[in-house]
Amino acid sequence: MTRPMDLQRRRLFGGSLSVGALTLLTGCDISDHDSVQRALAAVSRWNDRVQAALFSPNRLAPTFPKAMAVKDFRYNAWYGPDKAPKLDDATYRLTLAGQIADKRPWTVAQLRALPQTTQITRHICVEGWSMIGQWSGTPLSVFLNRIGADTTAKYVGFECADGYYEGIDMPTALHPQTLMAFGLGGDILPTPHGYPFKIRIPTKLGFKNPKFVTTIYVTNQRPRGFWTDRGYNWFSGI
Amino acid sequence: MSGRRMSSGLPSGQPSAPPAARQAGLQIQKHALPARLTHWLMALAILLLIGSGWRIYNASPIFGFRFPEWATLGGDVGDALALHNDPGVASAIAWHFAAMWLLLFGYLGFVLWGVASGHFRRDFLPVGPRSFLRDFMAAATFRLAHRLGEYNAVQRVFYWGVLAAVAMMLLSGIAIWKPVQTYPLETLFGGFQDARMVHFLFMSAIVLFLVVHIALVILVPKTFVAMTLGKATSRPHTTRPHTTGARR
Repeated sequence: MTRPMDLQRRRLFGGSLSVGALTLLTGCDISDHDSVQRALAAVSRWNDRVQAALFSPNRLAPTFPKAMAVKDFRYNAWYGPDKAPKLDDATYRLTLAGQIADKRPWTVAQLRALPQTTQITRHICVEGWSMIGQWSGTPLSVFLNRIGADTTAKYVGFECADGYYEGIDMPTALHPQTLMAFGLGGDILPTPHGYPFKIRIPTKLGFKNPKFVTTIYVTNQRPRGFWTDRGYNWFSGI
Repeated sequence: MSGRRMSSGLPSGQPSAPPAARQAGLQIQKHALPARLTHWLMALAILLLIGSGWRIYNASPIFGFRFPEWATLGGDVGDALALHNDPGVASAIAWHFAAMWLLLFGYLGFVLWGVASGHFRRDFLPVGPRSFLRDFMAAATFRLAHRLGEYNAVQRVFYWGVLAAVAMMLLSGIAIWKPVQTYPLETLFGGFQDARMVHFLFMSAIVLFLVVHIALVILVPKTFVAMTLGKATSRPHTTRPHTTGARR
């Protein structure tokens, strides 16, 4: 599953070289200049540290009355909803990796048997739109404790069936509102929204909420992120 | 106050011009180094923030229009789409959240210096609706003298206004950037989406200020010299000669 992504990334890299050469030749747009992009990336890493310092593990994202939760939650991805992977309960396994004591894979039925909670919180997209939804699921912290994850490690990473990948800081992973969401709007999470579950984090921007999660890993090395690899800020807390 | 300003073209409290210059009717404008540094720091930051902010706005417009791509900052849209499937919003956000620090430092530096040095009290005060109306009418009928080194009531109101607008941009910007960590700051603006609206409205106010500000600098280029090199001198002039001093 990671191999096609690597190939794609290699193609992208080749593309960026030729565009970079074009920019040097024409000198058209300062914003595309490599040294400018490097400087901006350095500030973005500084902003990661500022945001980590601003993040309070005890501060809860605002919750809303049920009437404000959207029934038909907006679908959002870089591919159409018909292209969303349809994962089969019979073959689906959640794989665990990294600093985790019990790495036995989990079936959908086992995951659903975990204690669940419901939250009505607001999803905020990096583009500026926002939407309130009702999410049901298991706090990630409960699951991490259940599998004997080393919660003194710095990060938790996710790999997904649609080729997406994300990672978050441990304080956010342990935040009480960070869920493995199995349900949306009172129903089982629909396929386009990430069946069997998505990571729902109301303290992060929308793209830090991966869907179709197939692997969870615990690590001290900062996990890569799909949109972070495309220039977005890594921490992206709100 | 107005009598004192009429007696000399100098900003009150600034070092007096040499008697010879005063006799020659020279007006002198001086800008201290902290004012010039913070002015140009804020100018750079605001241009970067407007350009990148417009690109971010285009990703999810509040109103039924988008800003033309050439006026926005965030790299080539076509290239970014081909490479990243992203129309340069990532780059625009990186610019925006880098330039916000420049604006924050420039603004805090200017406000602290303005209070501590007496610049605000000396040059931006007093200001009231009557003097504003009087100078506004004079300006509208092209009878307002521009006296280098001295701010008329319209200018004073504009400078207070833009200082307030930048404060609102910083506050609403923080509410949009960190709606959870700073909650309930967003409720001050009516909610998250309303904070975006406030951010847009005060951006518009700052753009309007910039249009007028830059137009006036083009009309009186010596002000640019003073803001850059620190000092400029000029003979008194108006758009209609011989009305100098008669405006009050």
